[in-house]
Amino acid sequence: MLMVVTGWQVALPDEAAPKNLLSEYGFFKGPLANMQPAEQVFPYEVNAPLFSDYAEKARFIALPAGQKMTYHPDQAFEFPVGAVLIKNFYFYHEAAHPEKGRRILETRLLIKEEKGWKALEYLWNDEQTDAVLEVAGASFPFQWVDAGGKSQSIQYIAPNLNQCKGCHSYDGKFVPLGATARQLNRAVDASNHAENQLVYWNKAGWLDLPADFDAAAAPRLADYRHPAESPANPAFSDPLTASARAYLDANCGHCHNAHGPASTSGMFLDIFETNPERLGVNKTPVAAGRGSGNRRFGIVPGKPQESILVYRMENGEPGVRMPELGRQLEHREGVELIKNWIRQMHP
Amino acid sequence: MRILLVFCFALLAGATLSAQPDIEKKIQTQLILAEDGDVVTLPAGTITLTNTLWLDEKRRVVVKGAGEDKTILSFKNQTQGAEGFKVTNSSEITLKDFTIEDAKGDIIKTQQVSGLILQNITARWTGKPKKTNGSYALYPVQCSRVIIDHCTAIGASDAGIYVGQSDSVWVRNCIAFHNVAGIEIENTTNAWVYDNQAYNNTGGILIFDLPDLPKKRGGHVRVYRNAVTKNNFRNFAPKGNIVGKVPPGTGIMVLATHDVEIYNNTILDNKTASTAVISYYITENPIKDKAYIPYPSGISIHDNKYSTGKRMPTWKNKMGFLFWLKFGRRVPHVLYDGIQNPDYLNPDGSVRPEHRICVRNNINGTFANLKADKKFKGISRDLQPYDCTIPQ
Repeated sequence: MLMVVTGWQVALPDEAAPKNLLSEYGFFKGPLANMQPAEQVFPYEVNAPLFSDYAEKARFIALPAGQKMTYHPDQAFEFPVGAVLIKNFYFYHEAAHPEKGRRILETRLLIKEEKGWKALEYLWNDEQTDAVLEVAGASFPFQWVDAGGKSQSIQYIAPNLNQCKGCHSYDGKFVPLGATARQLNRAVDASNHAENQLVYWNKAGWLDLPADFDAAAAPRLADYRHPAESPANPAFSDPLTASARAYLDANCGHCHNAHGPASTSGMFLDIFETNPERLGVNKTPVAAGRGSGNRRFGIVPGKPQESILVYRMENGEPGVRMPELGRQLEHREGVELIKNWIRQMHP
Repeated sequence: MRILLVFCFALLAGATLSAQPDIEKKIQTQLILAEDGDVVTLPAGTITLTNTLWLDEKRRVVVKGAGEDKTILSFKNQTQGAEGFKVTNSSEITLKDFTIEDAKGDIIKTQQVSGLILQNITARWTGKPKKTNGSYALYPVQCSRVIIDHCTAIGASDAGIYVGQSDSVWVRNCIAFHNVAGIEIENTTNAWVYDNQAYNNTGGILIFDLPDLPKKRGGHVRVYRNAVTKNNFRNFAPKGNIVGKVPPGTGIMVLATHDVEIYNNTILDNKTASTAVISYYITENPIKDKAYIPYPSGISIHDNKYSTGKRMPTWKNKMGFLFWLKFGRRVPHVLYDGIQNPDYLNPDGSVRPEHRICVRNNINGTFANLKADKKFKGISRDLQPYDCTIPQ
């Protein structure tokens, strides 16, 4: 570990060296595991989360004093140098009983530097008192009890820094994924009253929002977890399509777009795609290999069981499963949603 | 003494076992920290890996093993990542002198790399060729200035050496066998494929242009001095993949590509289609990409040596069966589907010179225009209309 850290520092002589311990940044006050944000640190929520083997995530933004984020309608917001996006991954020991406590596994930081974004990975200790910098990733067995009361065990994988970029990539440059209008435009509980997250930040002086910003008209992904509570989406008339496209945007669209690593496939699953062929409808695979599962097309309207998209979401094998990284278990609810969406498509 | 020996051995065994993940982590850390001009050395021995080795955003880095027979990277126990070795968003990268095998997906994938050399690498799936093998052994995609030299690719359920959506590529002195496609050049411009051996694949060398891809058009491909022999292996590609349609017994196939010159090759004992020039319509896949041109054009096939004797085409493929019906045991060497793009014609109905299909001066080379657009009626064996050259 010491060698690794020293190596990293040597590699970046001209930048602020990453801190060895998460606690050294001072993001939280009190015991670290309680995640009570310090000054200039505030939580954020997204509409459509990325599935990561049922891990829970606690997300925060840290801004340098007096600095703001700048709104952008369809790309990631602009962040001032020194800003940090903080994402903590944890599991409740028993998913149905959060009161029985949780195990925090890792904290991922995206730090905005002069040159661009930098990713750092911290692994929490068993005592849950702090987390230590890790460059090359890690893998260890982990167990918890899922929402259905069933014991689950996986080989938990903390990514190495290249793997971070495997998803966080736009034209080969590192970008944040969740910090977009469509993900952040949602109602949150702000100071004990419901308010739009972006409007609240604007008032707090954390975000530079255009004067004519209208939350109802601005881009917004459906909250696929709670479709009934998700406000109507101007871009999609029926709620099922809105949910499915939000799911695909958040779980696939970061690679599967014209500027992402999966541009090679010609299959684009970001929310802006309007061409059915490029979404995979009756589209033959390009380099899927055995990932095709002996199916002919990405999406066969009306037939989820004949669609490669569903096959790869259900499969857990490396080389077949999608997304390639960050998932080992099948996301049953997500698969069900996509199947329902394909089922109601007209051939 | 004996007790001491046993103890030492146990210590050694323990060390070897626990060292494995450390080696993997050490190599990956070196790749992450590599600086401009660095050489990362892979040690000799069989190294078992569980996760993709990945080089990203690097310049002028060499990753070098102790030799193809000495450094063996095995991904038999891979649990993470879709590739064995991956290089992305980099320039002037060399990988050389090692064997890499049994990745769950592709073995070496390089994407957005400008200036890439793969040299003296064996990339293979061990055991019998099977459809659960990964797609590509060596897979540069969206790359430029690529040299693949003295490499060996074995067992790919799609293509052994596959260059996709790239520009300026040399594939030379390589060996490919027991793949569905030995060497495939797809939607790639300015590729030279020469001095290779492709044998015992389903298809030896494929030059394809496919629809629905960000890089629309390949072409300007030269295929010369290759030995393309006995590519009669069963097609073990999973369904849905375009190479699944390639008949066993295919030597060289050009699909919908523009400006391809095939010359001075020895193309022997490929039982179904020694050299085929076809349009995308033959695949019977729907075409919805409006920018896509599904016709081959500007194809010159000359000075190749074909085998004499009878060849029984495969029955395990619609095309093969059709050939058997039409030609019995004497399938012509050069097969052209005859589907013509009306946009390529002069007002008098002749093909514009730059779009011609030219077949001349081949040793033992027989020919047929399959008239696929006329439901294979009136197949013509006359070579005279194809005795031409393509203006440069």
